[in-house]
This record gives sequence, structure tokens and C-alpha cells, in this order.
Amino acid sequence: MNWDWNAVAEFMPHFRDGLVVTLQALVLGSLLSFTLGLVWTLLMRTPTRWVRWPVGVFTEFVRNTPLLVQLFFLFYVLPEWGLTFSALTMGVIGLGLHYSTYTMQVYRAGIEGVPAGQWEAAKALNLPLRRTWTAVILPQAVRRVVPALGNYVISMLKDTPLLMTVTVLEMLGEARLFSQRAFEFTEPVTVIGLAFIVISYLASLLLRSLERRLV
Amino acid sequence: MNSSMTPGLWELVLDGVWVTVQLLVLSAVLATAVAFAAGIARTHRLWIVRFLAGLYTEVFRGTSALIMMFWVFFVMPTAFGWQLVPLWAGTLALGLTYGAYGAEVVRGAIAAVPQAQRDAGIALSLTPWQRMRLVLLPQAVPEMIPPFSNLLVELLKGTALVSIMGMGDLAFSGNLIRLALQESTEIYTYVLVIYFVLAFLLTRVMRGLEKNLKVRTGRTVRTGSPETTADVKAGAAA
Repeated sequence: MNWDWNAVAEFMPHFRDGLVVTLQALVLGSLLSFTLGLVWTLLMRTPTRWVRWPVGVFTEFVRNTPLLVQLFFLFYVLPEWGLTFSALTMGVIGLGLHYSTYTMQVYRAGIEGVPAGQWEAAKALNLPLRRTWTAVILPQAVRRVVPALGNYVISMLKDTPLLMTVTVLEMLGEARLFSQRAFEFTEPVTVIGLAFIVISYLASLLLRSLERRLV
Repeated sequence: MNSSMTPGLWELVLDGVWVTVQLLVLSAVLATAVAFAAGIARTHRLWIVRFLAGLYTEVFRGTSALIMMFWVFFVMPTAFGWQLVPLWAGTLALGLTYGAYGAEVVRGAIAAVPQAQRDAGIALSLTPWQRMRLVLLPQAVPEMIPPFSNLLVELLKGTALVSIMGMGDLAFSGNLIRLALQESTEIYTYVLVIYFVLAFLLTRVMRGLEKNLKVRTGRTVRTGSPETTADVKAGAAA
């Protein structure tokens, strides 16, 4: 086993570039998944099954198929339909869409966890449906589910390396590029592996303190 | 839509399915073994055993499956001189990663067995190992099945990662066919549908297994929706 600190030092600027892209994809992907997940949950509560059924099948399908193939689908099929985005946008859409099918279940559990008395109180106050949701149900539901959503952000972090396959230069993409140029595999891959462990550990600490504040 | 898939291309898809299934079975076996070993080790009375099992779980849960795979495929050969056959390298990376998620499930299920059962085991002067084997595990294992079922679907989705390493699984066949046909909508739709069917079959088998195991411990199965436990992947919630 030969470890070369020079290679680590040379890799560092690339590592920083990759880290920025990884975090960008993570933040945007999380925001998209939080929003889309909420949309799916609300659609699943509409009274007509003509909405519920297609949404249910679609989200079930997305949840049970590999993100990697979904990324390929977005990357190669959308241009055939005349839709072109940058690689990072495509990656963010892929991550956000995939994880929205997980966050929708989190929201559902959160909404079901709001006590029935709150619904009844809203009805007694004669609040319109929109106000019932925005002022009574969602603020309580979302508060409860923040820790669970945070766990999915950590999972998503660990899926960001997949974006490498659709030409996004995030951490693993940078590491691979560097390895191919410098013929050093051990250092870059180990460095980013450790970086992932450190980031997800810090994120879980942050989450735990957030959990204590909210719940 | 006019299909451009020839019998030869379908054969390629089938080859891919076969590799995916092989990889799924092998890594599921490894992951289960590792999950039980690490999960049970976390209840051991020696702190060093608990610590090592905990370290393994945290490290492998903390890093990405794809990075593990890069490590096994590219770093291990150059750093240690171990070159594994792709199938075994893929199995090792996936088995160890998902085994770490499984270890948390095993630990949680064992911890959820009522304390009275443990005390009864001690009162009957069973050894710790007998207590685990005869009292705790038979009650804990049925509870592990729903989260394991979700993990198995995650593992199936994870097997697609080996295509990045150039292994000829289903996702890889999909890419080859896209290159051959210069057309991607059709083949990627088929690939996604095949993965979905595999995942569906897996959940069915696991639900049958759960029913079977619960009947044997004299309990009835909750008829809840299976989705309620879908967040094992975000394991820290447990």
C-alpha cells in the first residue's frame, strides 16, 4: 500500500470544485423533492380516484426503479423530445423527482399525525379549505416531519455521485477525472469517501440538534 | 409506437436481467449475513465488539455505495493487489453497504423484544447465545421482514451501479442497446419496467415470508400498507 500525500495535495483544488457542485445538487435536489413530495401528498388526498390512481402508480414506479436508469432516461430521452437542459439541471430534476416519492410518504405520515381536533377546530372556526391547510394543518405537519426529511437529505447526499454518469463533475466525477489524468486511484477515491462520511456525520449531528429544537 | 427491438437485442436484455438477478441474490445473501453478524455484535457484552460493529455500520452507512464500488474495483487492486472478479467485487461492495443498513434493522428489532423475554431467558439460566437463538431471534426476525423487504428493493436499485463499472447487468444492456439503436425512449422504458416488475416480485415474496414466520411464532399479520415502513433507507430515523 503506497499513499502519496502529494497526490492528495494536487487533488485538493479539484476536490473543492467537486464539493461545490455536490452541495449545489444536494440543496437544489432537496428543495425540489420537498416541494414535489408535498404536491404528490396533496394530490393523493383529492377525492377523485382519477387523480389518485395515476399519481399513486407513477410515484410507486419511480420509487421502485433505480435512480441511475432514471437519470439515463432524463439525459438521453428528454433531448429526443426536444427538451435540453444543462447536465446539472437534469441531475437535480432526477434527484428531486426520485426523492419526492420518498418525501411524499413522510408528509403523509405528518399530516395523518395532526390530531383530529385540529381539523374540527378549523371547521368550527369556519376556515376555508385553503386556510385550514396553510394556517392549521401544514405548519403542524411539516414541523413534525423535519427530522425524517433530513434523513432523506442525507440519503440524497449519498446518491449525488450518480450524477457523474450524466457528465456532472461533482466530487466523484472530479476524482475520476483526476485519476485518469494522474494515474492515481487510491488517494482521490479515498479522500472523497472520507469526505462523504464526514459530511453525512456532520449533517446527522445538525439534524439531531434540529430535532431537539422542533420536537 | 413501432418497436425496433430485434430478438438479438431482447437476448441482450435477458442476459442483463440474469446478471442483475445473480448479483441481487449474492449480495442479498452477503448483506443478510453481515447484517445479522453486526447487528447481534452490537448487543455483545464486551464494549470493543460493540464498538467495532458500530464503527462498521457508521462508516458503511456514511459513505455512498458507488464510492464503495469505486474503491473495491479500482483502489483495492492498486493498493493491496487484490483483483476480484467483477461479479464478486460488485457483491462485496453492495453486500457490505446494504449489510450496514440491515445491521441497524437487526439491532432495532432485537432491542424491541420485550425486556420480560430477556429476563425469562436469564431466569431459565440460558447462556447468552441460547437466549439470542431460542428466545430473542425467533421473535425479532418476523419484525425485521418489512424493513428488510424495503432494503431489498433498495439493493435491487443499487445493483444498477455495477453498470458504471462495466459489468453487463440490465442497466448496462440498456445502454448498449441505446448505442445500437440510436434511440433511447423505448429501451429505457423497458428497462425501468423490468426493474419495477422485479421489485414488485421481491415485495410479494417478502410479504409471504413474513406471514409464514409470524404464523410460526403464533402471531397474526398486521394488514397495514407496506409503505409505512419505507423509510429504512433513512435509517437514522429508527
